[in-house]
Amino acid sequence: MTTETRLPAEHLVQELDRVTIRFAGDSGDGMQLTGTQFTKTTAVFGNDLATLPDYPAEIRAPTGSLPGVSGFQLSFSSSDIRTPGDQPDVLVAMNPAALKTNVGDLRAGGLLIVDKDEFNATNLKKAAYASNPLEDGSLAKFQLVPIEITRQNELALEGTSLSSKDKFRSRNFYALGLILWLYDRSMDTTVRWATEQFKRRPEVLDANLKALRAGYNFGETTELFRVRYEVPAAHVAPGKYRHISGNEATALGFIAASVQSGLPLFYGSYPITPASDVLHELSKHKNFGIKTFQAEDEIAAIGAAIGAAYGGHLALTGTSGPGLALKSEALNLAVMTELPLVVIDVQRAGPSTGMPTKTEQSDLLQAMFGRNGDSSVAIVAPATPSECFFMAIEAFRIALKYMVPVIFMSDGYLGNGSEPWRIPLMSELPKVEYHYAPLNGDFSPYKRDPETLARPWAVPGQKGLEHRIGGIEKSGATGDISYDPRNHHEMTLARAERVARIARDIPDLEITGPSSGNLLLLGWGGTYGAITSAAEAARKRGLSVSSAHLRYLNPFPSNLGAVLSGFKKVMIPELNTGQLSLLIRGRFLVDAVGFNKISGQPFKIAEIEGKIDELLGLAGPYTFDFGQSASLGG
Amino acid sequence: MTTPTVSAGELLNGDLPVLSRKDFVSDQEVRWCPGCGDYSILAQMQKMLPELKIPRENIVFISGIGCSSRFPYYVETYGFHSIHGRALTLATGLKTARPELTVFVVTGDGDGLSIGGNHLLHAMRRNVDLNVILFNNRIYGLTKGQFSPTSELGKVTKSSPYGTVESPLNPIRVALAAGATFVARSVDRDTKHLEETLYKATQHRGTSFVEVYQNCNIFNDGAFAAFTDREVRQDRMIYLEDGKTLRFGSERQHGIRLDGFTAQVVENAQGDDGLLVHQTNSENPTLANILVGMDYPAFPVPVGIFRAVDKPSYDELVQHQVDDARARHEPRFEELLNSGETWEVS
Ligand code: SF4
Repeated sequence: MTTETRLPAEHLVQELDRVTIRFAGDSGDGMQLTGTQFTKTTAVFGNDLATLPDYPAEIRAPTGSLPGVSGFQLSFSSSDIRTPGDQPDVLVAMNPAALKTNVGDLRAGGLLIVDKDEFNATNLKKAAYASNPLEDGSLAKFQLVPIEITRQNELALEGTSLSSKDKFRSRNFYALGLILWLYDRSMDTTVRWATEQFKRRPEVLDANLKALRAGYNFGETTELFRVRYEVPAAHVAPGKYRHISGNEATALGFIAASVQSGLPLFYGSYPITPASDVLHELSKHKNFGIKTFQAEDEIAAIGAAIGAAYGGHLALTGTSGPGLALKSEALNLAVMTELPLVVIDVQRAGPSTGMPTKTEQSDLLQAMFGRNGDSSVAIVAPATPSECFFMAIEAFRIALKYMVPVIFMSDGYLGNGSEPWRIPLMSELPKVEYHYAPLNGDFSPYKRDPETLARPWAVPGQKGLEHRIGGIEKSGATGDISYDPRNHHEMTLARAERVARIARDIPDLEITGPSSGNLLLLGWGGTYGAITSAAEAARKRGLSVSSAHLRYLNPFPSNLGAVLSGFKKVMIPELNTGQLSLLIRGRFLVDAVGFNKISGQPFKIAEIEGKIDELLGLAGPYTFDFGQSASLGG
Repeated sequence: MTTPTVSAGELLNGDLPVLSRKDFVSDQEVRWCPGCGDYSILAQMQKMLPELKIPRENIVFISGIGCSSRFPYYVETYGFHSIHGRALTLATGLKTARPELTVFVVTGDGDGLSIGGNHLLHAMRRNVDLNVILFNNRIYGLTKGQFSPTSELGKVTKSSPYGTVESPLNPIRVALAAGATFVARSVDRDTKHLEETLYKATQHRGTSFVEVYQNCNIFNDGAFAAFTDREVRQDRMIYLEDGKTLRFGSERQHGIRLDGFTAQVVENAQGDDGLLVHQTNSENPTLANILVGMDYPAFPVPVGIFRAVDKPSYDELVQHQVDDARARHEPRFEELLNSGETWEVS
């Protein structure tokens, strides 16, 4: 029998510091919507939070199948939060496939809400269940709450004009209402959103709101839940907040760079997961003078951006790993012609097509070295979704000041993940400067600024500065084609030196925790939350562990060598096979230990803590537990 | 807040100078092989440019890789010698960002139809306002003599010692298929026709595609001589002129008419004898598609404008959307930052 028990009617209210919820269902079940709406409500309520959408690559995998499962996890807290949570405390599973692929992650004793109606013979078979898990006792270690969501929802929608198929599609609102009730959240935000969203389809709006309220009331009136939980608002810096995903923050940041520099933004891009949202977002804001160009391929996208850079505009192109590979020859043209260009790489699991909807950090070496010749570009990497905003501005500050291509390395986890963000005041936005070549100076295309080594930016339309540039090596003195041995030697060194000098102009690497000790965790990019939290937890346990997170990968901050030398051991957690490790070992001759996960999923805090214990001799060798989902194929 | 703009107008200082051919000759030594057809194309271009009455600084030449792609170095304007096959992508970006510039793309049969074929199709279907000059010498010159996508079937080259087994592309047919709004052909050695064709190309809005038969006297000498030699030109080429009957021959005594769906030569045509009248601005490209199939020796080779139809250009439409969006919704970044669901924490 199940653990479904009738509990006392009175609802106790229990205060929690942090809760992690995962909504899982068929990709047609609208779980992303449920998750997003709950997130918005929770953000407005004032919790700190982080989210992780996890959707299948197939747009429409067969209904009820294992590959068709789509999930959305969010973690919210009354204190500062950095990751979407290791293990959900609550799992909402809308069908057997969703249960099967997700229950392995649920913590023991966690709350498991399932749509009982969907556990029929057909669906159980699709999910390869030999017996009904709701009845065979296999879920005994969880607080199982099977609810007839489908039937309840249908009852609530009786009398509406919707087809039964459309009624079925409102189930996600029912589930949302239930969870809103459980965590004492108001329905207002969702009601407002739905009213706007479905204003042209009043019958759908009506049904969705009915379903939402039915779910909410079900929680209120039934005795299925003994306790109702409260997660008080977090103590965060005062100001005005909004919820933002990494890709949104990226797009907004690049618009900010345009506003702050006074240069119009040109975005050349070819649709690719998970970077397309940046294209969608930028193409909405043409009123800011933004021109978006959906190119015929990745090469055309960067080629057009180079053309725009040559034309004196703020030139941007964006892609993911396979696209970066296609862009590499053209990127080298920007290296050679020394034009300001920013390339967004929202990394995904590779190689080749890899796993487009899953995250990874495996393009670092491609960004560093994936071009012919000695070719140095600047590389920056935001650490959190909201940080994408300021790093986007920073990318253009560097590109324009040093006349250099900059790669902006985001990843699927950052791009799709979201968090509350204090909206900066206009006065807090950094300045972005540019200079076209002076009209009356003595112009030569490669006459470098003595401090930055930047060449002058002479753009068509500037009278008297007509000149020719291109991919062929040019004489540093005259700008003419040159095969002179000394010139090529010197130009190669100058191009590299110009990138190296950026180090004088970027902040030092900060250490979280003491600046010396037994172990330093060094990370970059989207792993910030897990690494910083794991190091913090270790310190709370009395261990000598600090962490530092690189936002600049090329050049490195000037104090990186000094930071590394303060620790007996250095561990580099990365979602790749050890790419930053290779750079750090090669550059600083430090015996850094890589901690590498290549599963398409972000780090869990506990995993990093496990490795910390291993390195500090407190536990044996750490091995990853990929849970039930990884073994499904076998 | 001001909305960012950069335009050549703002950068311009001073009045429009009266320019001559010499003003468009750069200080770079021209390095094509002596006798190469490229010299003539460069000379006609330099002669034509002053007629545009556009300040030099507002003209940009963009090229890819190949013999022809050295072109920008020799013209005293802005120039960009890019990478193989990609000139059109740079040109598209530049022209979209800065519609007020006059942009030329210089490419070849390898650069434009092989490695860069995709970009050529898309620039033409978008109708970006570019002047694309494709030097067709039916060979790879810079890499020293391999066959190209326009080399005739069976051609013996360094990389096809037993002859090629692949059929050539006809650049004009490609342009018509891609929906190009201006499609023309000229010949390096017919200098007057070439200069005129280049000029007309610049006067067209949208992509102007000009194929120029260009002799590579080192690796494919005389590829077009059979019909471009001065003595035979009148009989073996037909000059397409809008609104005029399709006639050729030293006395314009022969003509072209339709036989079903194919062209037919009428020797010593009497009167108009049912001869075709050339029309460049027809929305329907059927006539152009028939003419493009005419080749020597069965037919005289058509040169001139196959098609010229008026259609808004891509860059124009993009600019229009931006202007329109700006007029309807004043850009206020602060408002954008604060859009969506927000909340105060005190
Ligand atoms: S190889 Fe041929 S096309 Fe190239 S410059 Fe020499 S003659 Fe001209």
